[in-house]
Amino acid sequence: MAFYRAHVLVCKGTGCTASGSPSVYEALKKELERRGLDQEVALVETGCHGMCEMGPIVVIYPEGSLYCRVTVDDVPEIVEEHLYKGRLVQRLLYTTPDTKFKVPHYRDIPFYSKQLRIALRNCGYINPDNIDEYIARDGYEALAKALTTMKPEEVITEVRTSGLRGRGGGGFPTGTKWEFCRKAQGDKKYVICNADEGDPGAFMDRSLLEGDPHAVIEGMMLGAYAIGADEGYIYCRAEYPLAIKRLRGAIAQAGEYGLIGDNIMGSDFSFHLHIKEGAGAFVCGEETALMASIQGERGMPYPRPPFPANKGLWGKPTNINNVETWANVPNIIRNGGAWYASIGTEKSKGTKVFALTGKVNNTGLVEVPMGTTLRDIVFDMGGGILNNRKFKAVQIGGPSGGCLAEQHLDLPVDYESLTAAGAIMGSGGLVVIDEDTCMVDVSKFFLEFTQRESCGKCVPCREGTKQMLLILDKISSGKGRMEDLKILEDLALMVKEMSLCGLGQTAPNPVLTTLRYFREEYEAHIRDKKCPAMVCKALISYVIDPEKCRKCGLCAKNCPVNCIAGDRNTPYVIDQEKCIKCGTCLEVCPFQAVSKV
Amino acid sequence: MNPKKQEVAERTRQIVAPWKGARGGTIPVLQEVQKAFGFLPEEALMEISRELKIPPSELYGVATFYAQFHLKPRGRHIVRVCRGTACHVRGSLAILDKIKTVLDVEENGTTDDLRYTLEPVACLGACGLAPVMMVDDETHGRLTPDKVMEILGSYE
Repeated sequence: MAFYRAHVLVCKGTGCTASGSPSVYEALKKELERRGLDQEVALVETGCHGMCEMGPIVVIYPEGSLYCRVTVDDVPEIVEEHLYKGRLVQRLLYTTPDTKFKVPHYRDIPFYSKQLRIALRNCGYINPDNIDEYIARDGYEALAKALTTMKPEEVITEVRTSGLRGRGGGGFPTGTKWEFCRKAQGDKKYVICNADEGDPGAFMDRSLLEGDPHAVIEGMMLGAYAIGADEGYIYCRAEYPLAIKRLRGAIAQAGEYGLIGDNIMGSDFSFHLHIKEGAGAFVCGEETALMASIQGERGMPYPRPPFPANKGLWGKPTNINNVETWANVPNIIRNGGAWYASIGTEKSKGTKVFALTGKVNNTGLVEVPMGTTLRDIVFDMGGGILNNRKFKAVQIGGPSGGCLAEQHLDLPVDYESLTAAGAIMGSGGLVVIDEDTCMVDVSKFFLEFTQRESCGKCVPCREGTKQMLLILDKISSGKGRMEDLKILEDLALMVKEMSLCGLGQTAPNPVLTTLRYFREEYEAHIRDKKCPAMVCKALISYVIDPEKCRKCGLCAKNCPVNCIAGDRNTPYVIDQEKCIKCGTCLEVCPFQAVSKV
Repeated sequence: MNPKKQEVAERTRQIVAPWKGARGGTIPVLQEVQKAFGFLPEEALMEISRELKIPPSELYGVATFYAQFHLKPRGRHIVRVCRGTACHVRGSLAILDKIKTVLDVEENGTTDDLRYTLEPVACLGACGLAPVMMVDDETHGRLTPDKVMEILGSYE
């Protein structure tokens, strides 16, 4: 095996690729060859490091230096300074937003230092296209351990001991779920990986599949062995082409090594794995709808019981878990359930990956022990609010989740405490909202989403969400009445209570939580006809301050509806009748003379 | 049947062949057919129905249920503007509006010259770079309304 004195890791996750990492990779390759370093410095493509905001990310070992927003022009300097002379390129190191400290080792960056990476342990560290790198990180060791030393029941016991619960949102104990399926009668059983990550604002499954596909595959095989299945499906969104490509590659490589197929590792356990591409329907993240979709039907949920554990895919006992749940399993079998159970809170064990996005300085993926507070996540790892604005809320759990306010910042994040506050863990989307975001608009946004994605099978969800949306529209356009709030609340509770599947049962959560914690904003829209955050178009207007206007005419030139009049001698004025409130004038004015009122 | 329709039927039969007698082929076949023609032509759907012995009504039901399938021709480039939460709070609506105005096209519409089709999508999962859009298979992040037009211009 070749020996390299240094490893240069270039992130090729979706985020960094979009920011230009492929050209950085090519430039590094050329530069290393040109300087004759290609025999002593290894260049590796990796999956996502999680700190997408700072991409393209380049990490150099053994020092562990993380360079941010690297461009092609930075490449010669990195090679010259770091790899030749052994000096860090200071200007590319991560700088803490408050103390302006340049962090030499990536482990010490606050974004990473508070994380505990179990599911994400290999993401950004190995080349996901190379099975050998996964194996070098103890990959497939758990499978070997299970197949050679454990009975299927023992695997289930280990998972039960670990306290692992479904990471897709449900939070159902994984071991118990497996046991149901193990005990179900059937000549044929299936395991399914739910990779239909549809929650807007969540991308942990995508990063896992792109960064460490084998961990998910190994987890599924352990599950299959435990319940007695010999066939599996990964149902992945077609919107994730890179994840699908990496999975296909990983399955092929595992097949070549005899790790997928018949009589794996000489045992009598056989396993075959297929990939199904989703076709774009949010409701397919619901397990019964997902199975209908695999069978080639419209993705509509059906009532349970019968549960999939007894009657699932093609009528056979089936076990479905989410990507992150599967990725945790090899770690649990390798290190033992008791080890996993030692992390987290009393009822929520282990870690959870959150997708931290919105108005926060460091957006990206963080994996933290259950019970970490929102304050730690948003302010320590996230580095606080963008542009020093004031924190208003976090929206947690996607369209099924809720908005939590400032008083919840010290809430330890686990399944129970989130549910008590009216939100849910969900898949782990965590969108930070600042004072410039209108909460009525946010709840309208989520409801528009769930309303559009409602499959239409059951009436409460199909009609209820529609009516709720109409009321929210009324409020945000200034035509609401105080009694609408009561009607909205009643409708929300009805939809929550009576819908057939998880989509409808959770769709009202954003509305209910904003009504609970931000009622005064709704009231301001109705009573004062004002949008406090200046977002709802019908309730704001743009005006030009005649004192500040220098009569340059830039606003009038850019106005798409020609509603601004003025000339060299008279300050410009907006015709409020014609104005469509697009905000272009405010953007283009060089003298800050335009303001929203 | 005119020659063009025959061609569509012929190509469809090739795509369907490996799925005859197998389970769960409907969606993969529709995906392949759409890849071949850019949309789902009526002749192709009729052919799939005959070959897989699925009633046309059921196929139509599936094809119209999923956002991915289209029954009308589409533009050479698919512009997907992310309307996910993270993008929303960082101004994706302004991006969408800008594209609609400049290209003179509605949501899910195609420009008259068949150059672009505009599709708002739920979430592209690149939230770290919000606001984001995808043109064909390439993701573009940290958008501003001005940047958008420059990017679109580079797709003939």
